[in-house]
Amino acid sequence: MSAQTLLIELSYFSASILFILGLKGLSHPDTARRGMFMAEFGMLLAVIGTLLHRDIVSYEWIIVGLLAGSTIGIAMGLWVPMTAMPQRTALSHAFGGLAAALVGVSEFLRHGEHLGTFKVTALGFEVLLGGITFTGSLVAFAKLQELVKGQPITYKGQNVLNFLLFGSAVVIFIALVLNPGHTALFYAMCALALLFGVLLVLPIGAADMPVVIALLNSYAGLASAATGFALGNNVLIIAGTLDGGSGFILSILMCKAMNRSITNVLFGAFGSATTTVEAGEEGVMREVSLEDVATQLAYARQVVFVPGYGMATAQAQNAVRELANLLENRGVQVKYAIHPVAGRMPGHMNVLLAEANVPYSQLYELEQINPEMPTTDVAVVIGANDVVNPEARDNPKSAIAGMPIIEVDKAKSVIVLKRGRGKGFSGLENPLFFKPVTGLLFGDAKTSLNRLASAVGEL
Amino acid sequence: MNEVLIAGLYVFVLAAFLGYQVISRVPPLLHTPLMSATNAISGISLIGSIVTAGAKYNLTSTILGVVAVTAATINVVGGFIITDRMLKMFKRDAKPAAEKK
Repeated sequence: MSAQTLLIELSYFSASILFILGLKGLSHPDTARRGMFMAEFGMLLAVIGTLLHRDIVSYEWIIVGLLAGSTIGIAMGLWVPMTAMPQRTALSHAFGGLAAALVGVSEFLRHGEHLGTFKVTALGFEVLLGGITFTGSLVAFAKLQELVKGQPITYKGQNVLNFLLFGSAVVIFIALVLNPGHTALFYAMCALALLFGVLLVLPIGAADMPVVIALLNSYAGLASAATGFALGNNVLIIAGTLDGGSGFILSILMCKAMNRSITNVLFGAFGSATTTVEAGEEGVMREVSLEDVATQLAYARQVVFVPGYGMATAQAQNAVRELANLLENRGVQVKYAIHPVAGRMPGHMNVLLAEANVPYSQLYELEQINPEMPTTDVAVVIGANDVVNPEARDNPKSAIAGMPIIEVDKAKSVIVLKRGRGKGFSGLENPLFFKPVTGLLFGDAKTSLNRLASAVGEL
Repeated sequence: MNEVLIAGLYVFVLAAFLGYQVISRVPPLLHTPLMSATNAISGISLIGSIVTAGAKYNLTSTILGVVAVTAATINVVGGFIITDRMLKMFKRDAKPAAEKK
C-alpha cells in the first residue's frame, strides 16, 4: 500500500467514526451541536483525502463544482426560513439522489461491457434508487411549495400502472445483470426510474408528507450506499446506510403514528386519505367569545397548546409564545403537546416552536401528555385536526381508526382555533368540534392569538 | 471480486445495526435536525463525484461528475449549516421569558 493510498484510507476511516459519533451526539440537544462539528470535520477529512486519489488528473472542474455547490449551499443554508424546512429537505433529497444517479451513469459509461455481475448490480441499484429519489423528491418539493396542488392526484388504474412500471424496471434490471454491456437496457432502466419516482409521489396527499419525506430520505441514503458498493468504498457504504436506516426508522415511526402498515408505504399505495367522506355526525358547534377564552386561560392552572400544520401556515408560533409568556407570568403552567405527524415532516412543530424561543422542556410527546389531559384546565388546538380527532379512538370504522391521538377531549375545556367551519385536509368530519366540552374561536390563528394576548394582558 | 462483495456486505449490515442503535436514541424533538444531518452526511457521495469530475475518463463523465459534485456539495454545505442553525435554537430554559418580566 502506497503512502498516498494509506492517507486516503485513513481519512475515510476517521470520517466513518466521526459520522457515527456525530449522530450519537444527536441523542440529546446539549451534545447535538458538538456532534455535528465532529461530522463536519469527518466530511472535510474525507474530501481532502479524496483529492489525493491517483485517478484525478485535473482539479479545475472539481473546484468549479465545489465552488458552485458551496455558493448555493451557503445561500440555502443561511436564508431558507424555518417554515420552509419541509420543502428544503425534499429538495436536498433530490440533489442527493441526482448525485448518486449521475455517478452511477458515468461509471457505466466508463466500464460498459467490462462490468462484472456484482458491479452492474450495485450500479443498477444506485441508478434505480437515485432516479426514483430525484424525481420523487422534486414532486414532493413542488407539492410542499404549493407549485402543484397538495391534494392527492389520482386516476383510474393508477396502482396497476405503477405496478407495471415497477415490474418492468425490475425485469430490465435483471436483463441488465445478465448482459452487463447492454447500453439501451441501462438507459431504459434510468428512464423508468425517473418516471416511477414521479408517479409514486403524485397520488400522495400533503398530510401524508411526513412519511414520504422520511421514505425518500431512506432511498437517497441507500442510493449512496449502493454507490459505495459500486466503487468499493466503505465510508460511502457506512454513511449511506446510516442515512438510509435513519430515514427508514423515521418512516416506521411516522407510520405507527398514523396506524398505517409499513408494507402499505413501501409499495406506495397510500392515496387512502381520499377515502369516502362520512356524512352525518352533524351537530352544533359552540362558538365562544374572545373574552371568555381569555378569562379561561388567565385563571387556569394548566394550559396545553396543541399545534398542527395550521400553526405553520398562519405563522402563528411567535404569537403562541407571546400568549404563553403572559400566562406564565400569571402563574399558569404552560405545556405544548406535539403529535409525531403534526406538520409536514418529522419534528416540524418542534423546530418552529424552538425558533419562537419555546424551551424544549415544555414540549411534550403524545405518550407523556395524554395522562395529564384530565387535569388540564384548557387545551388549545391551533390548526390541528386529525391528530386530535376522537374518531380514531372511538370509531373502528373510521378511515383513521387506531391512529394514536392527543386526547384533548379529556381536558376540562377545549378551545379550537379554526379558520372556518370546513373540514381538515383528510376531509374527515371531526366530532371533537361538536362536543359540549369544545368551544370554537373562528378566525386566523395568528390574529386570534394576538387578540387573546392583549385580552389576557388587560385582565 | 466476491471478496469485495462480502466485505462490503459485512460493512453494510454492521452499519445498519449500529445505525439502528444510534438513531433510535434520537428523541422526536430532534427529528428534523436528524433528517438534515443524515442528509448532509450522505452527501459523502461527493467523494465519488470528485473522482469522476477530475479523472478525465471522457467528456460526458466529466460533465456528469461536475454536476454531481455541485449537487452533493449543496447538500453537504447547506445541510450542515441548516442543522447547526436549528440546533442553536433548542434551549432548555425559558431565559427570554424571564427577561421580559
